[in-house]
Amino acid sequence: MSGTWMTTRAWLLMLPLLVIMVAVIGWPLVDTVRLSFTDAQLVGTAGNYVGFDNYTKMLTSSNFTRTLSTTTWFAVVSVAAEMVLGVLAALLLNQEFRGRAVLRGLMILPWALPTVVNATLWRLIYNPEYGALNAALTQLHLIDDYRSWLGEPGTALAALIVADCWKNFPLVALIALAALQAVPRDITAAALVDGAGPFNRFRFVILPYLAGPLMVALVLRTIEAFKVFDIIWVMTRGGPANSTRSLSILVYQEAFSFQRAGSGASLALIVTLLVTVLAVAYAALVRKTAGSAA
Amino acid sequence: MERKSPVFTAFVYACAILLAAVILAPLAWLFVMSISPAADLAAKPLRWWPQAADFSRYGQLLSTAQNSAGAAFTASLRNSLEVAGMATLAAILLAVPAGWAVSRTPSVGWSLSMVIATYMLPPVALSVPLYMGLSHLGLLNNVFGLALIYLTILAPFTTWLMKSGFDSIPREIEAAAMIDGAGLFQTWRIITLPLAAPVVATSALFAVLLAWDEFFYALLFTSDQRAKTLTVAIADLAGGRVSDYGLIATAGVLAALPPVLIGLVMQRALISGLTSGGVKG
Repeated sequence: MSGTWMTTRAWLLMLPLLVIMVAVIGWPLVDTVRLSFTDAQLVGTAGNYVGFDNYTKMLTSSNFTRTLSTTTWFAVVSVAAEMVLGVLAALLLNQEFRGRAVLRGLMILPWALPTVVNATLWRLIYNPEYGALNAALTQLHLIDDYRSWLGEPGTALAALIVADCWKNFPLVALIALAALQAVPRDITAAALVDGAGPFNRFRFVILPYLAGPLMVALVLRTIEAFKVFDIIWVMTRGGPANSTRSLSILVYQEAFSFQRAGSGASLALIVTLLVTVLAVAYAALVRKTAGSAA
Repeated sequence: MERKSPVFTAFVYACAILLAAVILAPLAWLFVMSISPAADLAAKPLRWWPQAADFSRYGQLLSTAQNSAGAAFTASLRNSLEVAGMATLAAILLAVPAGWAVSRTPSVGWSLSMVIATYMLPPVALSVPLYMGLSHLGLLNNVFGLALIYLTILAPFTTWLMKSGFDSIPREIEAAAMIDGAGLFQTWRIITLPLAAPVVATSALFAVLLAWDEFFYALLFTSDQRAKTLTVAIADLAGGRVSDYGLIATAGVLAALPPVLIGLVMQRALISGLTSGGVKG
């Protein structure tokens, strides 16, 4: 069979997918770019060309800078915590103990729990009047009075991060565990014979095997965390006093609550650009890690 | 072999118990809330275990009596099943030929890379035109419209999984069938698809999980019982003025049951799928 026919046939087989992807991703993305240069409303007026007005307005607003720093803080802290907890859990699950298979199986539960259910569950746990956290801490005499964990700007973001970590660290643990199981036993045994302590064994023997898969997990989790919407929307809607508002929530408010499609679109593209820059930088890092680990 | 001291063993067991508690406690509490009488949940000090288990909320939510909390819940349950089912079926139908094409003809692979790169796009970057487009087509608040939009998430992912699945089926087997005179579709039917069946099943389950979990588009594009999905219904409950927290917890348990069961049953396949690429955060 000739190469040209093979290629033509491949394109034909891909055609349905590509048509749908252009319709639901390609066209909307292009249209978002167009909208971002107009003052269009969500419903009704098509809007006029306004140049870069939306961009300058959005980039210079204090809302944007504050939201950007909230999102960055959320992403950095939750992903870092998930990585550390995930690796620690994986090291534990790689030890031999009775019930290990069951515990490994349990790790899938938080991952499988729908994000909205997770958010609802934690919202109930943090409830200021009847929540389990207040009850437990009071009964243990760690706090005197019930607190509004999600109602105080000082604790709301931290409370969200805990809920997000609980759902996502098991995934990191499962990825790290799979990588740990690929470490040849004789290498760790040899390091032990050579007198390497636990820290050195982790640093020089085990970590090189973990680096690649962990980098992939780190990239994907960071991108996810930067785009975060669901868990915050269900738990706090960005409040109190906008202290937990993420970039995605800001876009939602601009484009859908205030129906300003034009400026909402420009904000959405700024977020997209940030995520892309992050992803490209990370991809370079992954390639470097993969190169040095090999 | 490393010799394990009793102290180390005790430490390992202590950590294992701690980890199990961290994972299970919130989930167990969700279930306990769902079967605790409302008075127990409002008691101070809080009653951690109900005096008498009360399963009535499950019946309440699953009843279809008009204008009850159950009517809204069962409608959203049906919508979620329909949207997840349709979107998954469509995603698999798109993914099988496309995944096979990329696997057998690597020179077109860059187009799949582009499709997969869209994973980075935040849904907000597409949401405004999608909203206007659906509105124009009269597909807002419609399960078909929502299922179509879900292809933005499901199709790239299933295609990528199918492509890796076809990669592991030797093309020599297909070549043998073709030499014997079988056409492309006949070869697929007799050789390729039976061999790829487990990958198709895994991809479909992943797709169902993704669709079941989706919230953002459902929040934007649905507004009442005709199309509202379970995630939106639960967010409504959680953010609304429901005084019985047990009812919210019950809705959570019911919504979590299908994906958790899929997760437990498919554990091995899901974990190998997750770790091979680490996709789905």
